[in-house]
Amino acid sequence: MIPAAFEYKVADSAEAAISMLGEYGEDAKLLAGGHSLIPMMKFRLATPTVLIDVGRISDLSYIRANDGHLAIGAMTKHCELETSADVAAHAPLLGHVAALVGDPSVRHRGTLGGTLAHSDPASDLPAAVLALGGTIVAQGSGGTREIAAADFFTGYFESLLGADEIITEVRIPTATGGWNYQKFNRRAQDWAIVGVGVAEGGKGISLVNMGSTPIRATAAEAAVANGASAADAAALAAEGTSPPQDNNADAQYRTHLAKVLTERALNAAGVA
Amino acid sequence: MTVNGQAQAHDVEPRTLLVHHIRENVGLTGTNIGCDTSSCGACTVHVDGQSVKSCTMLAVQAQGAAITTIEGLADSARADGLSVGAEDWHPMQEAFQQCHALQCGYCTPGMVMAATSFLKENASPTEHEVREGLEGNLCRCTGYHNIVKAVLSAAGES
Ligand SMILES: Cc1cc2nc3c(=O)[nH]c(=O)nc-3n(C[C@H](O)[C@H](O)[C@H](O)COP(=O)(O)OP(=O)(O)OC[C@H]3O[C@@H](n4cnc5c(N)ncnc54)[C@H](O)[C@@H]3O)c2cc1C
Ligand code: FES
Ligand code: FES
Repeated sequence: MIPAAFEYKVADSAEAAISMLGEYGEDAKLLAGGHSLIPMMKFRLATPTVLIDVGRISDLSYIRANDGHLAIGAMTKHCELETSADVAAHAPLLGHVAALVGDPSVRHRGTLGGTLAHSDPASDLPAAVLALGGTIVAQGSGGTREIAAADFFTGYFESLLGADEIITEVRIPTATGGWNYQKFNRRAQDWAIVGVGVAEGGKGISLVNMGSTPIRATAAEAAVANGASAADAAALAAEGTSPPQDNNADAQYRTHLAKVLTERALNAAGVA
Repeated sequence: MTVNGQAQAHDVEPRTLLVHHIRENVGLTGTNIGCDTSSCGACTVHVDGQSVKSCTMLAVQAQGAAITTIEGLADSARADGLSVGAEDWHPMQEAFQQCHALQCGYCTPGMVMAATSFLKENASPTEHEVREGLEGNLCRCTGYHNIVKAVLSAAGES
């Protein structure tokens, strides 16, 4: 399978990428690791006429432990999150989840910015960023803005990102509390049928593949905050969700999984 | 880019996938295409030393990169100071032969490339870690046991 023809441009900075997005408009797409976009282009589900390669912007590939938060460049690859001592020390959930994405070859190419921009409700890292209360930094012709992960995802493969914006950085508040991630799937290398991320001893609980976006289990979070047991909080995990139905699972089964996995994740994160 | 240490300069259409470029323009057909949908790992090569599914990368993305394919693996072993034996094989290739880790051989180039990349990141893995490390490579013949044995045996030697 071969993608439809396109023009290939290389951006050597975020500014260059933004000005190219302005110049080529709607038909242009950014290319980072290409591990979501290229498969979609091969199936011709995406047919951009201009690809702007931002994967070579080395200035956007970094992990810095700042006071109170980790700052991670958008081009940081999953394998770099997986092996970073700073991530392991300041946001261990993120490094653990990065290691569960796809397989090692996928993790050598996929980027944190790419997986967030792609906004697939079935993806793992967006849910980790959500549970950790992360912030997405987006730069466009109008300047730079910070978007809370909780506001970022707006629909199936949709986010608040503007047409000429590029994600430059992701900020994760230092997380020292209990954490866990439950990824339920049947085959190696697959996406989660349902996933649950728990950060900071249940302060943040996020769900994978339980709706059109990665979402927080707000009712369960509130129950934990009010001192509920893991079992009682987990019973509320699917509240307010509208889980999808596909050949892996129907909505009812996903609802069941969300509760079971939330209880397991809370227990593993130290909530009795 | 270089492929197996040799400079390669070609004009390609931007939509050319790296695997097609390697097979059709560079002329090295050891890298196979299995699923063509990023799942099977038959097309695995090393890009700057790391395993990548070459059906999921554009040739233009590899501009300036050092590509290693199965044909160049013995040379890369020599460069890493590993013994290549009389057959001129990378120790992983030797281990695959010794452990009978292939039947039809279709997945083998990709398996070997994924396994050598994996051992660079985890030099003394457990059996479970080997299985996880080869998660992205499918074999329809062997049932994986002998592949896992081969990787563990190669790890023991290096
Ligand atoms: C076989 C396989 C298995 C996988 N398994 C999993 C899995 O189990 N769990 C999981 O979560 N993911 C999985 N993935 C997806 C993988 O994590 C992707 O790498 C990731 O979703 C996209 O990152 P990328 O850098 O490759 O983005 P690309 O494919 O390059 O881009 C994706 C989208 O984001 C946009 N974009 C990219 N970077 C930016 C930026 N900085 N700013 C704004 N927009 C940007 C692009 O224009 C495009 O629309 C899998 C992929 C494959 C091929
Ligand atoms: S052909 Fe590339 S992963 Fe199957
Ligand atoms: S040996 Fe036949 S597919 Fe692996």
